[in-house]
Amino acid sequence: MKDHTRISEIRADLESGVVTCAELVEGYLDRIDAQPELNAFLEVWADEAREQARRVDSKVKSGQAGRLAGVVIALKDVLAYEGHKVSASSKILEGFTSIYTGTAVQRLLDEDAILIGRTNCDEFAMGASNENSAYGVVLNAADKSRVPGGSSGGSAVAVQAGLCHASLGTDTGGSIRQPAAFTGLVGMKPTYGLVSRWGLLAYASSFDQIGPITKSVEDNALILEIMAGPDANDSTVSQRPKPHYEVKSADRKFRFGIMQEAVEHPGLDPFIRDSVYKLADQLGADGHEVGFFHFPLLDYMVPAYYILTTAEASSNLSRYSGLMYGYRSPDAHDLESTYIYSRTQGFGQEVKRRIMLGTFVLSSDYYDAYYKKGQQVRRIIRQKTEEILGQFDAILLPTTSTPAFRLGEKSKDPVAMYLADLFTVQANLAGNPAISIPWNSTPEGLPTGMQLMCNHFEEQKLYELAKTLEKYK
Amino acid sequence: MRITPEKVDELAALARLKFEGGEKEAIRADLEKILEMCEKLNEVDTTGVEPLIYMTENSNVLREDVVHQEITHEQALLNAPKKDSDFFRVPKVIDQNG
Repeated sequence: MKDHTRISEIRADLESGVVTCAELVEGYLDRIDAQPELNAFLEVWADEAREQARRVDSKVKSGQAGRLAGVVIALKDVLAYEGHKVSASSKILEGFTSIYTGTAVQRLLDEDAILIGRTNCDEFAMGASNENSAYGVVLNAADKSRVPGGSSGGSAVAVQAGLCHASLGTDTGGSIRQPAAFTGLVGMKPTYGLVSRWGLLAYASSFDQIGPITKSVEDNALILEIMAGPDANDSTVSQRPKPHYEVKSADRKFRFGIMQEAVEHPGLDPFIRDSVYKLADQLGADGHEVGFFHFPLLDYMVPAYYILTTAEASSNLSRYSGLMYGYRSPDAHDLESTYIYSRTQGFGQEVKRRIMLGTFVLSSDYYDAYYKKGQQVRRIIRQKTEEILGQFDAILLPTTSTPAFRLGEKSKDPVAMYLADLFTVQANLAGNPAISIPWNSTPEGLPTGMQLMCNHFEEQKLYELAKTLEKYK
Repeated sequence: MRITPEKVDELAALARLKFEGGEKEAIRADLEKILEMCEKLNEVDTTGVEPLIYMTENSNVLREDVVHQEITHEQALLNAPKKDSDFFRVPKVIDQNG
């Protein structure tokens, strides 16, 4: 099976008759069957994907095919698609069937995308390694003794291993960018408010965004453009008109800002550090401006992130009560025991840990000292980020401090796992768009990612910069 | 911040969760460790800083108030753990002898 790296190539091959959607789907289904140990998919919609392929093939013939014709896409298991199961990789939603289709997913279908299945993730998107899924770990196809990253680990591996062409993930603190970096892919966390979250199972509502995981910058821009824009069902979406992205490397010179505290961080892998310095030298030699700036708030980002997201999670996840949908414990004998036993048996360890932490920071005795303090620090982080982006076109920083770590390496220590988000949470705390692009491979052959962050709603510039950086890889 | 076993019980009651035996000590120790990390925020001077609450650039997104049915009765009951033809079935909420 030919591996298309770009949607435009698929399009050309469909139109010239070199390949059909039906053949593409069969190719992916064969590969999914051949690599079950990766555990990237929780469910494969084989028959439906075949049927959709036939429909799109006839649209191609009649010249009416949408922009995603022949593009086989996998959905993270947190996105509602009518008539299909969605579980957030949690036992508490085992057997739950969506009764409507979320906006982002519907917009892909409207452009003739072929949806092939739902992918494994950390339970309720809480994790950085995909080890918190109730349905088992996902393996990194580059080294099966290592994690794929999380929480969108299954979505990343599905594309990495050629089980689909692109996928959707969600990013609350790095859950698209970190797995994209660990698997050598392009992962985009759009500006807060660019893509509707209607039909997304909520984790932390002032952070969550849906975004694409792809093999190329071009594909990423196309899929995001299709999903973006106002939606009557989500009032947090910006009312700005629907964007259109032109992806080309620019001739003009840019100003890149590098955070001193990030590149000098003691936890940063020396190979990744050297890659950033090398890139900075090359950009400088080519006439781009590269400046180092101080951001003394780096070490406060992960704590602020965990206070605020767990608070929001404890509130969002209160809806899982065992009453109207989801798991109900056999031990339920009255109202209170229905709540307690359904939630205690239905949620996994990490989810319960975050609900408890969120309950603590929101409790009246500690609200000001933790939750309000977190919100104040968030404002300072957003202001400082804005100031920096007033001086530079983009902040350039590694996506992760290390390449993919080993399965089990951090799962016993929540704080060590939380620090995996060190370089990604800033974009979510401040609401900015950030992209991770595949950069190089460590001597052991593990992929690394380079991250760029721009001002709110500057996705166009971000894609242009990502494209510009490609020649320095 | 020291977290006592009593504090774990209090939070669990608020969150409608239950921790017993070794799990209770594990969550107690985890909370203590995570809160210790979070207490680092005390080093940041936030005097006079307004808490950042809403991330959206919108205020008051209005729409026409039109009545329409989004889901059917059958759809609403589709995922019920227990139901009859019309209603959700839940364990007895009111004790008739009470």
